[in-house]
Amino acid sequence: MGLPIFRLPIAPRVALPTGILVLWVAAALTAHWLPLSPNAVDLPAILAEPGSGNLLGNDDLGRPVFDRLLAGARISFGVGVGVVVLSAFIGVLVGGVGAFAGGWVDLLLVRLIDVFLAFPGILLAIALAGILGPGIDNLVIALSAVGWVGYARLVRAQILTLKRRDHVVAAQALGVGPGRILFRHLLPLTLAPLIVEATFGIAGAVIAEAGLSFLGLGVQPPQASWGSMIRDGVGYMLVAPHLVIAPGVAIALVVFSVNLLGDRLRDRLDVRLQG
Amino acid sequence: MIPLLLSRVGTAIVVIFGVCTLVFLLIHLVPGDPVEAMLGEGARPADRVALRESLGLDRPLIEQYMEYLGRLPQFDLGESFQDRRPVSQILAERLPATLELTAAALVLALLLALPLGVTAAQNRGRPLDAGAMGLSLLGISIPNFWLGPLLILVFSLWLGWTPVSGRDGPASLILPAVTLGTGLAAVLARMVRSSVLEVLGEDYVRTARAKGLSERAVLWGHALRNALLPVLTLIGLQLGGLLGGAVITETVFAWPGVGSLLVEAIQSRDYPVVQACVLLISLVYVLVNTLTDLVYTWVDPRIRSIS
Repeated sequence: MGLPIFRLPIAPRVALPTGILVLWVAAALTAHWLPLSPNAVDLPAILAEPGSGNLLGNDDLGRPVFDRLLAGARISFGVGVGVVVLSAFIGVLVGGVGAFAGGWVDLLLVRLIDVFLAFPGILLAIALAGILGPGIDNLVIALSAVGWVGYARLVRAQILTLKRRDHVVAAQALGVGPGRILFRHLLPLTLAPLIVEATFGIAGAVIAEAGLSFLGLGVQPPQASWGSMIRDGVGYMLVAPHLVIAPGVAIALVVFSVNLLGDRLRDRLDVRLQG
Repeated sequence: MIPLLLSRVGTAIVVIFGVCTLVFLLIHLVPGDPVEAMLGEGARPADRVALRESLGLDRPLIEQYMEYLGRLPQFDLGESFQDRRPVSQILAERLPATLELTAAALVLALLLALPLGVTAAQNRGRPLDAGAMGLSLLGISIPNFWLGPLLILVFSLWLGWTPVSGRDGPASLILPAVTLGTGLAAVLARMVRSSVLEVLGEDYVRTARAKGLSERAVLWGHALRNALLPVLTLIGLQLGGLLGGAVITETVFAWPGVGSLLVEAIQSRDYPVVQACVLLISLVYVLVNTLTDLVYTWVDPRIRSIS
């Protein structure tokens, strides 16, 4: 066994996933200005195979799959970053305040975290997205409402141990206020594990966005998302398998690359995330 | 032992209470008027009033909440808006399929993850380790809503070995179980690997080796028994991912479980059913985790003595 990529020396092992991610981000950031027509219906080209005019063929409405793939990159990147930023913000706030304040505030917040942990994450996100209604904004809200818990737990555990450190005690003795201690002396030290968690968080958010869009809870037609492309393609799988294969390969490549780099990052920053 | 037991059960009760509260609040998140969302704008006013009353939405929030909590212990989850039947009855019909699917996926995941993780740990740093872990990372990166259709394409449409969808006989279980189990197998394999590696560094393993035991005896007799303990807890935690993944997998394969019921209910805006599905799956998850916790303390004497 042994995938070829794991036999490579370190440099290409990092360069390959980095290259894939650069392409992903570049597609996401520039898709707006590129001469793409992801929603252009071309009836004679319905279900055209890859290579026949369009690089990746056309879908069931004759829309170019390649263009839709790039437009989908924009959605997955936007949602991925949006969800990670929003959940990290909420999580750091809840976890940081809880651990730093201690007492009943902490107890209350820990119980809140426990309750959210009691839901299988994607299940709650599906229900929330379904109840809030379709759309990108609601998708980000639903995924963040589930995603903050991991960051909260992480930051809380970190700060509980950090707040006994000498430099914090010294700052307290000097009369530094609690807010300043939390933001200047404690939170910066939690940055390394947070970055690692956020990296894996992007992979999770990309899969979750595609999953919710697959269920019809994300982007609305005719907008393209990798998940909705898979859903739309399933009905034509026998005649046009490229409709399902292309977006799936895109998701798997991006998620695989993010996870691979996340692993490297964790080793480099020497972070041990708890289960 | 008894105090520990009580504290675990106490925590579980608090969490269950919180879960019920959050699920109750879900329906109040519906933007605008849930009744309008369910009936559409063209509904007759009389129908709206009737539905509002039957859902209890015309009363104060706290009163609704109290009544909701009061009905829960009797398994009264309201009536489905779509088929006008008690929600608990619909859930009872759907639950066995979900349990069957998750159990099959779990067994499959263990069958894949144990040999993969142990092999990787035994060959740490060698190509076999890198290969196994690369395979596992790949398994984590492939979403089940893509794997499912691909499996259908290959094994149902091209080869004709398995049914495309539905729940009809053991053959129909294979593809959904593989789809759902692969992701978990990938995650578990990594955990098994790190757990075995940790144990292999312990003193008693060195002792076992020093007294001349074969590598096989060291692994099976000494290392694995201890390495698998933390894996047990992790399986409990990972069950959440499995139950959540079941929602998508069931939808892909039209598997008549609670997951596909949830998606159907969301599409038809059948909010009582949505609430009930989330509640049921989460409660199953909490119960299993509490049980794993208790089993863990029972299997591992060290934890018992700490308490």
